[in-house]
Amino acid sequence: MIRVADAGLLTTVQDAGRWGCQHLGVPVAGPMDPLSHRTANLLVGNPADRAALEVTLVGPDLEFLDDTVFAVAGARFDLRLDGKPMRSGVAARAGWGSRLRFGRRTAGARAYVAVRGGVDVPLRLGSRSTDLASRFGGLGGRPLRSGDRLDVGPAVAAPVPRPRPDPAFPLPAGGARVRFMPGADPERFEDGELERLAEYRFTVGPDSNRMGYRLQGPAIGLADPAPVLSSATPPGTIQVPPAGHPILLMADRQTTGGYAVLGTVITADLGVAGQLAPGDWIAFDACGQREAAAALAESERRLTASVPSAGRGAAGVAGAGRAGAAR
Amino acid sequence: MVGAVSGGAGPAREWRIRFVGDAAVALEFEPRIDPRVNARVVAAAARVAAGRHAGVRDIVPSYHAVTVYFDPVRGDAGRVRAALEEAAPAPAEGADASREVVIPVRYGGAGGPDLEEVAAFAGCPAGEVVRRHAATVYRVYMVGYLHGFAYLGAVDPRIAMPRRPTPRLAVPAGSVGIAGGQTGVYPTAAPGGWRLIGRTAVRMFDAERDPPGLVGPGDRVRFEPMPAGVPTAGARA
Repeated sequence: MIRVADAGLLTTVQDAGRWGCQHLGVPVAGPMDPLSHRTANLLVGNPADRAALEVTLVGPDLEFLDDTVFAVAGARFDLRLDGKPMRSGVAARAGWGSRLRFGRRTAGARAYVAVRGGVDVPLRLGSRSTDLASRFGGLGGRPLRSGDRLDVGPAVAAPVPRPRPDPAFPLPAGGARVRFMPGADPERFEDGELERLAEYRFTVGPDSNRMGYRLQGPAIGLADPAPVLSSATPPGTIQVPPAGHPILLMADRQTTGGYAVLGTVITADLGVAGQLAPGDWIAFDACGQREAAAALAESERRLTASVPSAGRGAAGVAGAGRAGAAR
Repeated sequence: MVGAVSGGAGPAREWRIRFVGDAAVALEFEPRIDPRVNARVVAAAARVAAGRHAGVRDIVPSYHAVTVYFDPVRGDAGRVRAALEEAAPAPAEGADASREVVIPVRYGGAGGPDLEEVAAFAGCPAGEVVRRHAATVYRVYMVGYLHGFAYLGAVDPRIAMPRRPTPRLAVPAGSVGIAGGQTGVYPTAAPGGWRLIGRTAVRMFDAERDPPGLVGPGDRVRFEPMPAGVPTAGARA
């Protein structure tokens, strides 16, 4: 069990998302940076889709009430385990009463804390993810609060893999360029707007959240401001309401939308977008399906290289904390 | 080939298949709110679902499109595309469920604060708005926006008042609203701009129920006015 001594700014339980229910109007939710979420799970020997904690901008203070193997991946924070500095991107062992404290954030926006066995909250419609917009799933459909206690699932059979040095993926520093595949209706935008898009730089607005980022900056010229017929909205959809200020749809997005769509951010760059914070800049580069597939293959290759599949020995656990204190 | 989607279809192909990003493929018919178009959508979605293709994560029907999500790492984009190609000509006939769901509504009063406004829009008494709203058998075109929010159409043009210029911050669960040619029931409390004309105690969505949604695309829905003073059995707390 884990006691939440301090919940931080916005910490939620997320597995790989509530897939299979969008036809019911149920959003997918899941991690904002799916790649870092998977990385954290793989580091502790979990299947990649186990429920972990998503930490946002200001991290929590967690007390482990059992011997627990855990790992942090994604955004960089000044991490302390029982007062001693620890790295992200490696599995560590915490004993009874061990304290994991998130200090100053140095890069990225969202970190993932995976525990061996996964965070155990009730399955709702097949998933443990917290959908904040619908107040559904996770722990009571809400962010963690100080004083919450989280159960840990039964340990998985796979050993903790030995990570390679510095497995971290690059994190955006103040902003990022992301690639997108253009939508099918360029005629909905003013002439040349798609071509000019690469020159535009937007700022992630202060009213952004897990549903989406409101992008401040140039207004996109719509040739036809009439609403389009509502249809499905994949993660990374760049939609443009009549006023022209784009919204980048993220994890908690609604299942359908009726705004004009510029395009869809590719899977390989979704995690990069998920590491942006309000105030960061974002710019978009159009790409094709082949480039999207190549980028995804490269990102998978790096994940496999940094976290070799379990089975190469269980020596990857750093000996931090008061391991075994409860025994 | 197959027949045109609608009488007005041009010489172009009657559907297109396209990638929506690198993890979803959409089959799109003619972009219009039309029961014949939507029946094609329902038929194609059912055919893709029946194929139980590996790596498919979600099949989302909407007014004129079926969007299939797949795992871009393990899934096979080409196979998903082929499945949609194969499903596109699925005949609309017989694809719709023959289900008709009746939803009892208490019109007006606290649950329907916009009924008088809609009456003013229509230039008729409130009772006539109720009569017209309840006289139509609606088609469920799609589910979206909220858990179990079903988009129903088509509303009698006389009472088809457009949505409010400024949405309400909180619309109570069970509220029955009109937005132009569409009508629907808010399954949960949510912000919303539809004109609220009544309220029902029927639960449109329950995650613990199987299936969780009361209605799905292709179903028919009818509203039944409840006399004032009759308790709404099963009302949510």
